[in-house]
Amino acid sequence: MAHRWTNDLTQADITPKPVYLNRRQILAGTVGLGAIGFAGGAHANTLEPNTLEEITTYNNFYEFGTGKSDPAQNAHKLVTSPWSIKVDGMVDNPGEYSLADLLDGLPVEDRIYRFRCVEAWSMVIPWNGIELADILNKVGVQSRAKYVAFETVVQPENMIGVQRRVLDFPYVEGLRLDEAMHPLTIMATGIYGEPIANQNGAPIRLVVPWKYGFKSIKSIVRITLTDQEPPTSWNKANAREYGFYSNVNPNVDHPRWSQATERRIGGGLFAPRIDTLLFNGYEKEVADLYTGQDLTVDI
Amino acid sequence: MTLSQSINSALRTVPAWTIYIVCAVWTAWLFYLALTGGLGVEPINALEREYGELGLQLLVLGLLVTPLRKWTGVNLLKFRRAIGVSAFFLVLAHFSVWAVLDVQSLERVWTEIVKRPYVTVGMASFVLMIPLALTSNNLSVRKLGSAIWRKLHKLTYPIAVLGAVHYLWLARGFQWEPIIYLAIILGLLVARMKWNRARAMA
Repeated sequence: MAHRWTNDLTQADITPKPVYLNRRQILAGTVGLGAIGFAGGAHANTLEPNTLEEITTYNNFYEFGTGKSDPAQNAHKLVTSPWSIKVDGMVDNPGEYSLADLLDGLPVEDRIYRFRCVEAWSMVIPWNGIELADILNKVGVQSRAKYVAFETVVQPENMIGVQRRVLDFPYVEGLRLDEAMHPLTIMATGIYGEPIANQNGAPIRLVVPWKYGFKSIKSIVRITLTDQEPPTSWNKANAREYGFYSNVNPNVDHPRWSQATERRIGGGLFAPRIDTLLFNGYEKEVADLYTGQDLTVDI
Repeated sequence: MTLSQSINSALRTVPAWTIYIVCAVWTAWLFYLALTGGLGVEPINALEREYGELGLQLLVLGLLVTPLRKWTGVNLLKFRRAIGVSAFFLVLAHFSVWAVLDVQSLERVWTEIVKRPYVTVGMASFVLMIPLALTSNNLSVRKLGSAIWRKLHKLTYPIAVLGAVHYLWLARGFQWEPIIYLAIILGLLVARMKWNRARAMA
């Protein structure tokens, strides 16, 4: 079905390709006035997406190294074709689906989302993707299921970080079923209308815009419906620092750093800090999911 | 002539201030790269890390001077002051980038120092470096007397340990680099204690 949720941001806010490729030049004032008028069409209260260069060169994907530029350097080794996803657990139609089969007939949508990393930096990313709810409905979620678990591919010979055992791989993540079914939650297959780059989680990744970025697990090969809260990688590595929910919350600090502010990537050496928003600015859409929960406890 | 002797005679032609020039140029070059996109799309954190790691490397190099002479005969003693003072300036640059460009407000700087243990530890390391930097001159050696001066400058060890702990504490997940720095520093500390005990017993 899809179209349950509509962006405040519209198609007109998606920066046209020639403009995003050239934003640096625009900032430097070397592109014609017409292009500036076009790019400047975004209102003050809308978000200007980051450039493709920014989105594809500053990443956390520990399977390819812990440095921010490591994934861009190393992720070309990831083999993404053929790609299949195992769907199991409490579903009516379990099985090993090819990516094409799993997504066949489901609408791809454009979603411009804020993306907030737990490390207190952020971007704005124009995703293309399918609502996770559509996929889950297609495979048929059984009524006993309460959670969805996800798993990232492991290709040890292609993934330098896996060899170094930075985390307990495979990387795993999970959502409560109502979070997974929320219309904001998508499985992204593209950015700026292009197939998603390997370092961004090709060929398919989760995007949950109101949670810290590490919840949006990349390069997914398994989706499991379960009635137990599934283990999640960063929680396993350090439960005190990373909770199962990990909703963006400026009022609850990470034990080692403040979450009250963030730095938007792309502002250069003198980029100002900006205030972090509760639920990353999606409070209106998702706050209801957590009625009755103490968000300082359920981190 | 042995290898260490030829290295030593080559080093004799290099003035100690070369260290200052190299470090100053390197610091400025990194700043230029950060300004012009050479350190990637998020230059603030990148520059902070570059300066911090370089400061830690210089501290380790300073600690290595004596063991290197004992183990290999290579003598870097005349460079040690310049290495130590340069380490201080790199850590100062690291602190400045953090405070001014990263945290961006005096109030938050204070909060971070008090509230975040890894910042507290890094700050302690930096503060302990100040008296050493201020007394890294011949006048101070004479005024304090050699014995007191040497005792004071043994602070280099806790400074380096705190610096490495600071690095280890801010890493996410299991990462080798900070562990290696800490292991080297602790190894050098143990070697130094063994020599001192041997000398005390002799």
